[in-house]
Amino acid sequence: MLALTRALRRHGVLGLNERNANLIQRLNERRLYPLVDNKLRTKHLAIEAGIAVPELYGVIGNQHDVRSLGDIVGERSDFVIKPAHGTGGDGIVVVTGRSARRDHLYQQADGEYISEAGLRHHASNIVSGQYSFVGNRDSAMIEYRVESDSCFERVAYQGVPDIRVLVYRGYPVMAMVRLPTRRSRGKANLHQGAVGAGVEIATGRTLSGVLGNDIVHEHPDTGEAIAGMIVPHWDECLSLAARCHELTGLGYLGTDIVLDRRRGPLILELNARPGLNIQIANKIGLQKRLALVDGWDDDCGSEEKVARVCEAVLPKRLRTETRI
Amino acid sequence: MDPLAYRVWIIAALLAAAGLSMSFYKWQALGLPIAPQAQTEVWTVEVTVSFDAGPGPIKANLYIPGLTPGFAILEENFVSRGFGFTPNYVSGGRQVQWARRSARGLQTLYYRAVIYKDPAQTESDTTPPFPQKPELDEPFNTAMEVLIEDVGAKSADAESFTEELLKRFEQPDADENVELLLGPAPSATDRARTARTLLAAARIPARTIRGIYLQDRQRRAAIVPWLEVHDGASWLYFDPLTGEQGLPENFLLWWTGDDQLLEVDGGTDVELRLAVQRNVMSRIEIAQRRAEDSGSILNQLSLFSLPIQMQAVYSVLLMIPIGALVVVLLRNVIGLQTFGTFMPVLIALAFRETQLFWGTLLFTTLVALGLAFRFYLERLRLLLVPRLSAVLIIVVLLMLTLSIVTHRLGFESGLSVALFPMVILAMTIERMSIVWEERGRVEAIQQGLGSLFVAILCFAVMDMEIVKHLVFVFPELLLVLLAGVLLLGRYTGYRLLEIYRFREFGKADD
Repeated sequence: MLALTRALRRHGVLGLNERNANLIQRLNERRLYPLVDNKLRTKHLAIEAGIAVPELYGVIGNQHDVRSLGDIVGERSDFVIKPAHGTGGDGIVVVTGRSARRDHLYQQADGEYISEAGLRHHASNIVSGQYSFVGNRDSAMIEYRVESDSCFERVAYQGVPDIRVLVYRGYPVMAMVRLPTRRSRGKANLHQGAVGAGVEIATGRTLSGVLGNDIVHEHPDTGEAIAGMIVPHWDECLSLAARCHELTGLGYLGTDIVLDRRRGPLILELNARPGLNIQIANKIGLQKRLALVDGWDDDCGSEEKVARVCEAVLPKRLRTETRI
Repeated sequence: MDPLAYRVWIIAALLAAAGLSMSFYKWQALGLPIAPQAQTEVWTVEVTVSFDAGPGPIKANLYIPGLTPGFAILEENFVSRGFGFTPNYVSGGRQVQWARRSARGLQTLYYRAVIYKDPAQTESDTTPPFPQKPELDEPFNTAMEVLIEDVGAKSADAESFTEELLKRFEQPDADENVELLLGPAPSATDRARTARTLLAAARIPARTIRGIYLQDRQRRAAIVPWLEVHDGASWLYFDPLTGEQGLPENFLLWWTGDDQLLEVDGGTDVELRLAVQRNVMSRIEIAQRRAEDSGSILNQLSLFSLPIQMQAVYSVLLMIPIGALVVVLLRNVIGLQTFGTFMPVLIALAFRETQLFWGTLLFTTLVALGLAFRFYLERLRLLLVPRLSAVLIIVVLLMLTLSIVTHRLGFESGLSVALFPMVILAMTIERMSIVWEERGRVEAIQQGLGSLFVAILCFAVMDMEIVKHLVFVFPELLLVLLAGVLLLGRYTGYRLLEIYRFREFGKADD
């Protein structure tokens, strides 16, 4: 066990206690939390800054408005209902279509049907705070359902994969693609059983993945290899993520980016307390990357920051190639 | 070290120092025991004086313990019907005087003292003046001179002089001077008196002290004389019979001098009885009473000054910080997950009443049944607060049912289910059902069992006698606990379970 502890330390693995004390408490001012904990505020902030996000159809802010759900949805047959204060992907309902026979019956991402009354009950639960962090009143957001880019089709079970980029003081230091599985019921959340595949920052190439706390090389449902895919629009993803630091002022930030088939990379949500299993997916401790950035200043722009990281973490094989 | 960590260390050190020094003071100076249920011997000494009243006024003087090296008086009572009494200090120690203008028939006076061992009590007498050289008639004077010269030649100081002298007293036949001075069949009192005279002739201050041996169940304790010799710095004690130095362990000094223990004017058929009884008493109680007498400020701020019901409340409340510490350790150092941060502490408090087996059983039953109802409620699509209230009502009803059923079946322990914190249970059920739906039953059951495990551990620590005792008697130890929690708040190392979580990094090396 002592040997294992030493191995973790040598790899620069960041623990929860240290993340909480030295990153979150030091770099993330508490007054900034609402900017990311409330997805509605994040969305408005992003729109103001010209950052691409999924379109917002409407908001249900109180129990009275729950009955207006039908009006907000209108004729749309696919949309997402989610709590503005939700955590860990809880409370999100993805509607992908309507029943051909009955107008008020919607089909969910997992194929099951839900009535409009069922959706309204769900919205009501959201509004009364069932999914919010401390049980406070909440709002339900109805927004554009992202249609996943086909690049990950072979390694995603239903749902929409997303890209988590860890941004430290504006520098994108680590990334992974989160692939939904049968166990995660289409959700791209590692806690719920999704697979996280590490991504090389410099190239956008996927590495092996993490499922639970174990390293995996194939998707558990599709059996396809996880490593070796190239994430499309990778440069754009990195610069989007880096700009989110300026947007919120948070020094330790997890950005969740989805690749929409038509609109390209969109910021889905931000997280002021991003998890640590991204380290297993990348097989590298976060502290190594943080130490790299610690010598650099804060003043340069986000493009410059992305460039610096990409230069510094460029894999050896590529360096030798450029020398030739 | 970065300045913040430095500051936390300083605050923690100050808190710990404050808590520890206050506890240390209470332990050392006030004598509060560190071990739970520490008991100490106390002796009840009772003097009964009875006599027939004469026609005139009555006055009874009784010596009572005053300066008692090695012992302290916890409390004393005087019982005497119709008599006025005044305790006062006289040359031989402390005396109580009972007085009455007239009385008829048998009179009984009582004095009772409760006495306990206290090594801190010493004889704090001033140095006595050198005694006058006694003038004796012949042939005693010559015998005395010869003996003093002889003993003086074989000794160096007051101590060895006394030892040598008493050694000769042991065999009066061997030395005719000794035989002459002691007289025929000398008692211990005679020996002490003669020794005093001889010591005075050698210009060594000495006196006779009287006391009793504290032994259990003595109906009539004997007054024992003891010889006290001053060597210029302090009093030394000698057994006049054997010449052995030092006071026996259980010797209670009563008074000094040659006076009688009791003198009664105006009474006949005087009878005195001295009874000793040994008891045990909680040391807390003794420290308590003693602190009351000394008027210590710490004592006035102590828990013991509260009404007894409040003390009972605080004996429970003071355990909560202990539970909190356990939770901090299990969550931040071990890395266990629980439903609600302090829910296990409250469950552990309930376990105090139900005991572990029944507590675990009842908790599991309640949560399982509550969950079943909660899943049904989910289908009814209720709003959050009414649904929570419904769960709460169901929990209360379940508790009632469980109590009645177990009572009917003859398991009285089941009744204690009423002591579970029902709101906490309702919240636990609600959160568990949400985790069940969102994360699957495996994680829900895992977290539920984790909470139960933490609760059991909290209970195990909170139920330790030594912990209960220390926190209740030395509540300032909570400052030390606070210091520990502050330091844990700056612990940035790996949690134990994280080492398992990140085990892949260990494999990578192989």
